[in-house]
Amino acid sequence: MDKFTRLEGVAAPLMRSNVDTDVVIRIQRLVELPRDELGPYCFESIRYRPDGSENPDFIGNEAAYRGAPILLAADNFGCGSSREGAVWALMGMGVRAVIAPSYGDIFFNNCFQNGLLPVVLPLAEIERLAEETRAAPGNARVTIDLERQVVVSPRGREVRFEIEPKRRHAMLNGLDDIGVTLTHRERIAAWQAKDKTERPWVWLSGAAR
Amino acid sequence: MAGKTFFDKLWDPHVVADLGGGFALLHIDRTLLHDLSGARALEEVEEKGYHLARPDLTFATPDHAVSTRPGRTSETFAPGHKLLVPLRRRSKELGVRLFDLGQDGHGIVHIIGPELGLSLPGLTIVCGDSHTCTHGGVGALAFGVGSSELVHVLATQTLVQRKPKRMRVDFDGAPPPGVTPKDMILHLIGRIGAAGGTGYAVEYAGSAIRALPIEGRLTICNLSIEMGAKMGFVAPDDITYQYVAGRDFAPKGADLDAAMAHWRTLPGDADAVYDVEHRVDMAAVAPQITWGTSPEHVIGVDRPVPDPAAAPDDGRRAAWAAALAYQGLEPGKPIEGTKVDWVFIGSCTNSRISDLRAAAQIARGRRTAAHVTAWVVPGSERVKKQAEAEGLDRVFRDAGFDWREPGCSMCVASNGEIVPPLQRSVSTSNRNFVARQGPRARTHLASPAMAAAAAIKGAIADVRKM
Ligand code: SF4
Repeated sequence: MDKFTRLEGVAAPLMRSNVDTDVVIRIQRLVELPRDELGPYCFESIRYRPDGSENPDFIGNEAAYRGAPILLAADNFGCGSSREGAVWALMGMGVRAVIAPSYGDIFFNNCFQNGLLPVVLPLAEIERLAEETRAAPGNARVTIDLERQVVVSPRGREVRFEIEPKRRHAMLNGLDDIGVTLTHRERIAAWQAKDKTERPWVWLSGAAR
Repeated sequence: MAGKTFFDKLWDPHVVADLGGGFALLHIDRTLLHDLSGARALEEVEEKGYHLARPDLTFATPDHAVSTRPGRTSETFAPGHKLLVPLRRRSKELGVRLFDLGQDGHGIVHIIGPELGLSLPGLTIVCGDSHTCTHGGVGALAFGVGSSELVHVLATQTLVQRKPKRMRVDFDGAPPPGVTPKDMILHLIGRIGAAGGTGYAVEYAGSAIRALPIEGRLTICNLSIEMGAKMGFVAPDDITYQYVAGRDFAPKGADLDAAMAHWRTLPGDADAVYDVEHRVDMAAVAPQITWGTSPEHVIGVDRPVPDPAAAPDDGRRAAWAAALAYQGLEPGKPIEGTKVDWVFIGSCTNSRISDLRAAAQIARGRRTAAHVTAWVVPGSERVKKQAEAEGLDRVFRDAGFDWREPGCSMCVASNGEIVPPLQRSVSTSNRNFVARQGPRARTHLASPAMAAAAAIKGAIADVRKM
């Protein structure tokens, strides 16, 4: 997994609630393409017009926000499907962090598996970030400092954000979850041995295999 | 000290290690794979230098990327075939039971889990699919995960998770005419929103839930994720035990007796405390239909299309306006009577035998409107066989519906089966997201009976008037 420590860049305000992972990446692309080729199809349903040309109404198509590494969003960003391809597509489009008041639970976990940082801030704070950004489109830069747990607004305001220490540590160090879990190998085996005596039916003995 | 909820009684014993900060290493009792991500996940386990921990607790089925055309083979939809070939190979090599196309037991992953008794009360179940919450209908703790988490489970049979908060939703009273489990859950989502359950594990309770057969409970749990809740469940009761007993992978004989004794200890204590509680009075629930592009965009079928000017906040105002533009609807107009081009009866929400019976009851002796294309896609081989034994396929065919093979089909449009651009569909599935059923397709979610009524009328219709 990629490490995440500090990120500075333009933040694109996609201030809409309930942006679902189907909109982030259509399932058809996940059937057809490997994960590192999804970037051009990120948000395709709202990014392009039916004839394939760019939709000028999509924020990411405005010159100021093209390739912005940060997305600002309203509540419940990444709701819906569990597809991790949504994270891969965002990263393929250059996004490394999202700032939203809340996220779909599965998407939120998927972000941490890939080094894309989902920052949680109150909606009012995100709206202020969006305002400051719109006041100087293209020049306004937002900084996300994971070590200090602050977002620095274009005008230099520092806003603290919360993140679970365990997740912060894993992001800062780019840790591999599976390796960490397997340090508990013996406890897993002991749990399973005990469970086999307590709930033998779970282990499908004598079942129709 | 307050008593424990059903959720605590399931979660706590599955904790292999407390990782601190609210995180637990949770044991996973069943892993379900599907064609879209299954083969890739199995390969990734090995690429990372690990191996599949428990092939005996891992099961696979191709559903997302298969054609449902009558007479289909895995090659009918070529991109899906490319995903299925390695899934077949890896399953065989690793000893994972695959329920392949055309075999007994095959179907949509969330249909066959309960149907085969793979999903049992008290189990933890994961699948790389957000509607894994469906299996909560039999009293399991089941939730969807992304590909990386899936690989983690395959390699370790555990998962690192944060314990969610507890929500309880009571549905009380008798369902009014035309109101089905789908309407109950859509009504709830309309009330608390698509993020109303985010961060919670939701227990459905109350007299209306207790009265529901398992299939109805599965439908309700299926849409938990549409209000943001990764897991939703109904504590097991006698209806659950009767449903489970005798299924292929359910315990038998003395094992069943021991399991039953354990299952009876699982329901929450009378003094258990929840972080939040909601109550739905069944008398207030009408047959539902969605109007927008989020499942929270839902109204009673006798209501007008909402006006973005009346939205509760800016984020929603923008979302409502965008949704109306996408759906081609005008605020203030009645939604009933809106012309419909496609009807899809299927998906892990509503493709069980009881769903098909409900739809057939409306279709029987009637004809679909001439301009409507209507599909019925049974959820599994067994549902299909049962429906055919009851003559439901004839009822549908005689009425002008297509009778198809099991799979996800138009719920997800990853199999070449799509609603064409700008066409309007009434669908029994669970997502009306932008482009979910195909680029620029317009989706309205509803119950099987409402979908059948729309097919007959050629427009969004109130099932109570049929
Ligand atoms: S039927 Fe639809 S929601 Fe259910 S598993 Fe298939 S694609 Fe997902």
